[in-house]
Amino acid sequence: MSPGRYLPIYIALLLGAMAVPAQAATIQITMQDLVFAPAEVSAKVGDTIEWINRDVFAHTATARNGDFDVTMPPKKTVTSVLKKAGAIEYYCRYHPNMKAVLTIAP
Amino acid sequence: MFVRLSAAIAALSILGSPALAQGAKPTDPQIAHIAYTAGVIDIAAAKQAIDKAGNKDVKAFAQDMVRDHEAVNKQALDLVKKLKVTPEDNDTSKALSKQATEKLAELAKLKGAEYDKAYVANEVAYHKAVNGALETQLIPSASNAELKSLLQTGLKIFQGHQQHAEHVAAGLK
Repeated sequence: MSPGRYLPIYIALLLGAMAVPAQAATIQITMQDLVFAPAEVSAKVGDTIEWINRDVFAHTATARNGDFDVTMPPKKTVTSVLKKAGAIEYYCRYHPNMKAVLTIAP
Repeated sequence: MFVRLSAAIAALSILGSPALAQGAKPTDPQIAHIAYTAGVIDIAAAKQAIDKAGNKDVKAFAQDMVRDHEAVNKQALDLVKKLKVTPEDNDTSKALSKQATEKLAELAKLKGAEYDKAYVANEVAYHKAVNGALETQLIPSASNAELKSLLQTGLKIFQGHQQHAEHVAAGLK
């Protein structure tokens, strides 16, 4: 039972911890009275967006470049995980006057 | 096309004409009736489109119209109940309904791509006319703050619909 026996495990855990990037965050974006808030959000690949629809209308968050397209039923919250980096302009397909920007760092 | 577009606009411009009492602005019960009627008209047009439209984007747009306008009208009904206001029929509502009935009959005669185009073009013109009436007449005339706020939400929704309709129309060309 020498401490050295556990050393490889410690090293493995340490390396494992180092390999994991900064912890993924959960970011909330709300839709209320046909407005995305906040209108500009910065996030990272791997972060989760909680799309909170407070309206009685269905909305979508549709990336202009096609990277994501999330549909939120009235009064519901939908989550999605960011997979690709980029400065993404998105809008609601049902109400294209709703626009916002999501900047996703790699 | 010009005649069709001006029909919807003419009905709404009655708001600015002496037809609605000598220069008097519409009252809250009248405004509630006009806004509700405008929604009912668009729902009827959309239901016809769900049956008749061939293009899938046009059909999807019509389903969006039914869903949103029913949601707005439900809010309007809840509000008038809460405020104990009885919506009051008036010349603008009557003119709107009459012209909408004529429009539905006219659209009913069309088929296929011709119908799709005519329906979407009318949706663009109709939402434009309703938005104009909301901005220049109905919202400024509303006295109750909650009614005013619902009309303002309605305006944002309908401006969205107008842009959506314009987008669908562009895809049909």
